[in-house]
Amino acid sequence: MTAPAANTPAIEMEGIAFGAFRASRSPIGQGIAWTVQAGDYWVIAGVHGSGKSDFLMMTAGLMAPLRGTYRFLGEAMPIFEETRLAHRLRLGLVFDGGQPFARLTVRENIALPLRYHENLDAAEADARVDDLIERLELSEWADAAAGSLGRNLQKKIGLGRALILRPEVLLLDNPLGGLDFRHAYWWLHALDQLAKGEGIIPGKPTTLVVTTAEFRPWKNRARQFAVLGDGQFQVLGDWSGVEAASLATVGELLPRDGER
Amino acid sequence: MHRGDASASDPPRASFWLRPPLPRAWNVRLGRSLFRFLETVHGLGAFALITLGVIISKSRTARQVVWPAVTREISRSGSRLLPMFLYVAVALGLLVIGQTVSWLTRVGAINYLGAIMVIVVVRELGPLIAGLLVLARVGTANVIELGTARAQGEVEALEALGIDPVHYLVAPRVIGMALGVFSLTVYLILGALISGYLWAFIQDVPLQPGDYFRQLANSLSGLDFVLLALKTLAFGFIIAIVTCYHGLAQPLRLEEVSQATVRAVAQSIVACVLIDALFIIIYLAAS
Repeated sequence: MTAPAANTPAIEMEGIAFGAFRASRSPIGQGIAWTVQAGDYWVIAGVHGSGKSDFLMMTAGLMAPLRGTYRFLGEAMPIFEETRLAHRLRLGLVFDGGQPFARLTVRENIALPLRYHENLDAAEADARVDDLIERLELSEWADAAAGSLGRNLQKKIGLGRALILRPEVLLLDNPLGGLDFRHAYWWLHALDQLAKGEGIIPGKPTTLVVTTAEFRPWKNRARQFAVLGDGQFQVLGDWSGVEAASLATVGELLPRDGER
Repeated sequence: MHRGDASASDPPRASFWLRPPLPRAWNVRLGRSLFRFLETVHGLGAFALITLGVIISKSRTARQVVWPAVTREISRSGSRLLPMFLYVAVALGLLVIGQTVSWLTRVGAINYLGAIMVIVVVRELGPLIAGLLVLARVGTANVIELGTARAQGEVEALEALGIDPVHYLVAPRVIGMALGVFSLTVYLILGALISGYLWAFIQDVPLQPGDYFRQLANSLSGLDFVLLALKTLAFGFIIAIVTCYHGLAQPLRLEEVSQATVRAVAQSIVACVLIDALFIIIYLAAS
């Protein structure tokens, strides 16, 4: 694994167009120019169906962009070659809903990427996995089948599975979707800690990119904001840029008090 | 009159001459079926080659994860099915002996009992029945498990984690099923041959065990063992490939999993029968 230069952006997109993950070859977003620096904490908001998940899939390297250039830590994406896999694993993705492997237990889910990439047996992986399970407050369900658990726990399993390989950049698809206030707060706090290099993964701060359907919960937490809608990706800057934006889409994603 | 009106009201002459000789719906259906068949053969062939490539090229990757999965699959497609196979073996012995003994006794050809058991059980019914039972018990479960995993986005989750779904999900099933069908066929054949003699004994057939097993040994050749091994491994391989292909290789919605299972079962049966026919030709040409 070669370390990029200190000032190399984590994510660098130029003239990107992307399609739906399943089937479509026609673009649902285009003309995207976006740069994420190491240590950034981005929130990308969009209404349902705006293509947030597809954009994140493309950013995670699960599909190629239709047009444009995309570099992750200095290397062209997507990476499908085994020889460059280690570079790609510096980026983690947490799906909306977690998408755990339903037949595996919580522990097996979180251990799988570690065991697969480092060729460890279950006992060798246990110490690191159990430590992470404890930090995620999942110890009570460690031996339960992931498919039998509720959505909030499945999301945490998805987070644990992505974090076990200690990625430098973490993409999270709608992490607050379908959560009650208590669990939503847990996520906001956990992501704050991750962005600071504390909490679940102490050490180096993790670069975060989060998609959401609502700006409000991320006020005073995320540092950069963007909006995806009507096929366009627009960088808004910090929170003041969100409040100052005149786009109708931003208005939908930032309801004033009393509108909800 | 507008040109558009004329073309709408006049019968188009060209279409009369160019009318297809068969009803259009028939043509369309035949064409679609043919293309679908070719597409399936192409997809299955590509999937089989990719799987073989992954099994070979990644034989040393993530062994601590993949080999336990292979062991689980061997157990699932092999040892766990043993009680059912022993039951079927006893039934198969009864079936063949019960039907043939009375006729062989009548024509005074009881010395051919061993040869008949070898032809019917060892060369034909044993491998085919083993393959079809493994298809019914494990192949269908493969499609449902993988199809559900695919529909719930687990395959994308594997890809996001840099885990090759073919290596993690398909390779263990292919190896497990190929070895499972092979071993179960051996048990099925042994069980059927032994139970066959027991049924003959119950029917008072004047045949000593030594004579019966000598007949069996004389009817078997080295080629039988080689072709039996190759055929059963091929059955297991093709059943695993077809079922994994239908569960995994294309995007599925949950409600499509049952259709995919039906397609996989039908295609596996067709493929096994074709392989069986191919081995008959090989046997006839080589013997």
